[in-house]
Amino acid sequence: MSRPLRIVVAKAGLDGHDRGAKVIARALRDAGMEVIYTGLFQTPEQIVQTAIQEDADGIGLSILSGAHMTLFPLVVDQLREQGADDIVFFGGGTIPADDAAELKRRGVRAIFTPGAPLQEIVDFVNRECGKRRELVG
Amino acid sequence: MSIGLTGPPGVGKSTLSAALVRKARALGKSVGVVSVDPSSPFSHGALLGDRIRLAEHFTDEGVFIRSMASRGHLGGVAGATADAVLLMDAFGLDVVLVETVGVGQSEIEIAELAHTTLVALQPGSGDSIQVLKAGIMEIADIFVVNKADHPMANQMRREIRAMMEMLSFTGWVPELVMTQALAGDGIDALWAAIDRHAIYLNASGEMAVRRRAAFAHQVRQLALGRLERRLDRAVCGDFAAGLDPYAAAEVVLAQFGEERGEDAVGPGPARPPRAIVKGLT
Repeated sequence: MSRPLRIVVAKAGLDGHDRGAKVIARALRDAGMEVIYTGLFQTPEQIVQTAIQEDADGIGLSILSGAHMTLFPLVVDQLREQGADDIVFFGGGTIPADDAAELKRRGVRAIFTPGAPLQEIVDFVNRECGKRRELVG
Repeated sequence: MSIGLTGPPGVGKSTLSAALVRKARALGKSVGVVSVDPSSPFSHGALLGDRIRLAEHFTDEGVFIRSMASRGHLGGVAGATADAVLLMDAFGLDVVLVETVGVGQSEIEIAELAHTTLVALQPGSGDSIQVLKAGIMEIADIFVVNKADHPMANQMRREIRAMMEMLSFTGWVPELVMTQALAGDGIDALWAAIDRHAIYLNASGEMAVRRRAAFAHQVRQLALGRLERRLDRAVCGDFAAGLDPYAAAEVVLAQFGEERGEDAVGPGPARPPRAIVKGLT
């Protein structure tokens, strides 16, 4: 039997809206994954250190504060700096389509906006983090 | 040195962990934390949330935190927890803190893998009979009554003391510490008690005894895990149609080369208790 995928679900910066993150966390759990929730108000450094210590296959970052163009790229930079950019980094929140496209160009693997079906998110995580697991072992 | 922290859900184990990590760091010690939460028996998924209280230590290079899902293991820890503790110890971390799943009355495996076991309790949860009957009360090296500002905190302290007065202990007599972990109250006293227990373990030679017991326990767990999976495969499907459960169990056991004879229902081997009621020899 293979080990469950391990996913860090994170909230960054000055943003207390965690209902979305909790719904995602629960959805990934019910899809058979082990979800590590960081809690609120994390810095990009804290999030990346958590993912490394937890041997996570993916990081899902939820941002509803409008600071996505700052915080997402900082996490991407941290992952590169720590040599951890094999970890699948995705996110979601109230993010305009133009910004989402730009973030993807800068290394965020997927951005899910309000209304995205949970199954689509679970399928993405299973597929992409599953590939990462196969590569890294 | 490894410290196990167990107790019912909501008692403040994670908050106590955070306070102990802060104390250890203030003393210049590096710390590993292994934190166990339950896996869903249905999806095998898990939501691991013990880290939240430890956020201030995420970027501290002297602290390594690993969350574990229990993955079907029933003793309050995960099957790989003992190995994680060993690895952290071998890596050179000064203190390894293991936080169990929120447990009820019988999850006592933590005592097999930690040098010092803290049992955290909270005021207003159950009466004196709970204190007397619960198996986790028998593994405490130190009782921690958290939420000491609660109106019923003193009653809880009295009940634990009353229970302990009934008992005679072989070796270490558990200490009782009142804490209010959120405010950091009582943590210095708790740390001092942990230190005293560590000194006792080394001076009395009990450390070596515990290590041997832990080794035997892990061997048993590893062997049992393999057997359990074989057993699960053996009882798949409707192989036992028409048999009563006892006869069906004999059919399964025969596949393992087990002969009829031993009672299938029983408590298993007893282990020497750390304390028994006074007057009994």
